[in-house]
Amino acid sequence: MDSANTTGDAVPVRAAVALAVNGTEHRLDVDTRSSLLDVLREDLGLTGTKKGCDHGQCGACTVLLDGRRANACLALAVAHDGARVVTVEGLAEEDGRLSAVQESFLEHDAFQCGYCTPGQLCSATAVLEEVRQGWPSAAAADVAADPVLDDDEIRERMSGNLCRCGAYPGIVAAVHAAAGRSREVTGA
Amino acid sequence: MRPFGYERAATADEALALHEDGAVYLGGGTNLVDLMRLGVATPSRLVDVARLPHDRVELEVDGGLVIGAAVTNSDLAADRSVREGHPVLAEAVLAGASGQIRNLATVGGNLLQRTRCSYFQDAAKPCNKRDPGSGCPAREGEHHNLAILGQSEACVATHPSDMAVALAALDASVRVRGRSGERVVPLEDFYRLPDGAPDRDTTLEPGELVTAVEVPPLGMPSRYRKVRERASFAFALVSVAAALEVGNGVVTGVRLALGGVAHRPWRARRAEDALRGAAATEESFLRAAEAELEAAEPLRDNAYKVPLARNLIVRTLMELGEGT
Ligand SMILES: Cc1cc2nc3c(=O)[nH]c(=O)nc-3n(C[C@H](O)[C@H](O)[C@H](O)COP(=O)(O)OP(=O)(O)OC[C@H]3O[C@@H](n4cnc5c(N)ncnc54)[C@H](O)[C@@H]3O)c2cc1C
Ligand code: SF4
Ligand code: FES
Ligand code: FES
Repeated sequence: MDSANTTGDAVPVRAAVALAVNGTEHRLDVDTRSSLLDVLREDLGLTGTKKGCDHGQCGACTVLLDGRRANACLALAVAHDGARVVTVEGLAEEDGRLSAVQESFLEHDAFQCGYCTPGQLCSATAVLEEVRQGWPSAAAADVAADPVLDDDEIRERMSGNLCRCGAYPGIVAAVHAAAGRSREVTGA
Repeated sequence: MRPFGYERAATADEALALHEDGAVYLGGGTNLVDLMRLGVATPSRLVDVARLPHDRVELEVDGGLVIGAAVTNSDLAADRSVREGHPVLAEAVLAGASGQIRNLATVGGNLLQRTRCSYFQDAAKPCNKRDPGSGCPAREGEHHNLAILGQSEACVATHPSDMAVALAALDASVRVRGRSGERVVPLEDFYRLPDGAPDRDTTLEPGELVTAVEVPPLGMPSRYRKVRERASFAFALVSVAAALEVGNGVVTGVRLALGGVAHRPWRARRAEDALRGAAATEESFLRAAEAELEAAEPLRDNAYKVPLARNLIVRTLMELGEGT
């Protein structure tokens, strides 16, 4: 639209934002331009959540936002004032025991370099919850039917998380195994 | 990114009042934030409309739907009445983006997302849609995924939404609120071809707010089919939203719209006219598809879309025909 004549002399705008991250309340003063991803990584030091593309294309920044998976790179922090956020650092139990999804990723060799893994873990955690709630996916033959989490469904539902190392077969196996033994971990 | 003010509206009236010169409405931000980061959108103020109370899918007594503009793409696709009464709509939404993007994305934002033409997204390149009069490098350059129907000299972009293609087939209308009141715009008048003003994707006036989408009852089997460069998480090369009703081997009802082929979701009226009353056979489906695509004017690198669209129309109608 009016991109041609940006003057660049506008003054940064700051805003107060409250976020409950992995169960801890934070009151922050952020630039309105800050993404949730940058606030997590830069302001809160939670560097588990990764920046892959910063355009919504890779899923490395996936977190649970008010219980639902979301790309933290596309979410403006100021727009999510009052939100509950769970990052990869918050998936394990308080005593440090790994979640069913995390255990399954270890067991099934679902990563190589690990860069995409925090996003994969958050996404997979949410996928199990979405299936429990009966949400359909594009893999369904009949979109009105209750979903059954077979390998095609897992591939489709996890398609927003890319893996440069190509650990996909292990990821599918891990999600499959986790579906069998998961506990409630979304939400916080 | 250029600094901007941020305001969250609690009501539609408040949103309209907050929308000053240079302001832009914010839905989930999945398209807008990206374009701001790219320097393509440079608002001075964001008016957040994602938490407006337009957050429900209402099923009318006649089987029609009223879908609030703040409903997320995920909630729309998961809605029971959508899945049962308008499966083509749930399928189209699920065919778009990813699970995590659909959780953020709203219905209003999905309707108003901008083209994925690579020149539009690159603020350093000329582009008539971004900067009217600067030219259209896509016409001679990278256009393998751009329009084959209804394009103009000035712009050959396609509209990227899957959801809007289903809504076009469903005869949906958009509820719009402006400072002078509300109007209901049929989807076909909401989206426009680039002719005359390539910078305008829709007939929405500056500051007007989309509050809901109205979808009449359907009452026939429907389906969304999308062809893309990988199995999932990619924009359409060509897509088809179709509904078909067959009685005694004859087509008694049909709706057909194409995605990925034009500046707007393309309602295939010529094909529909050719089908109504015709035998529900592969030959008729093929004839209808060809009638629609006769008007196609492909560019150097996108002529493949013509047979692709033809075959996808025929296959989708065959699938629907077999189910009846
Ligand atoms: C990697 C990636 C892949 C994608 N793949 C697909 C795909 O395959 N198919 C597909 O269809 N989409 C796809 N998308 C696009 C996605 O569907 C859109 O980004 C999303 O629907 C936009 O919704 P939003 O609420 O986030 O809109 P925003 O980004 O918040 O806003 C988009 C536009 O709508 C305007 N707006 C928002 N709400 C209103 C309102 N109520 N009234 C008036 N104006 C309003 C905004 O001002 C802005 O101009 C993809 C996106 C990404 C990032
Ligand atoms: S096709 Fe349209 S959007 Fe793409 S460069 Fe040309 S004018 Fe811009
Ligand atoms: S960093 Fe957010 S999707 Fe790639
Ligand atoms: S494990 Fe390396 S990117 Fe996925």
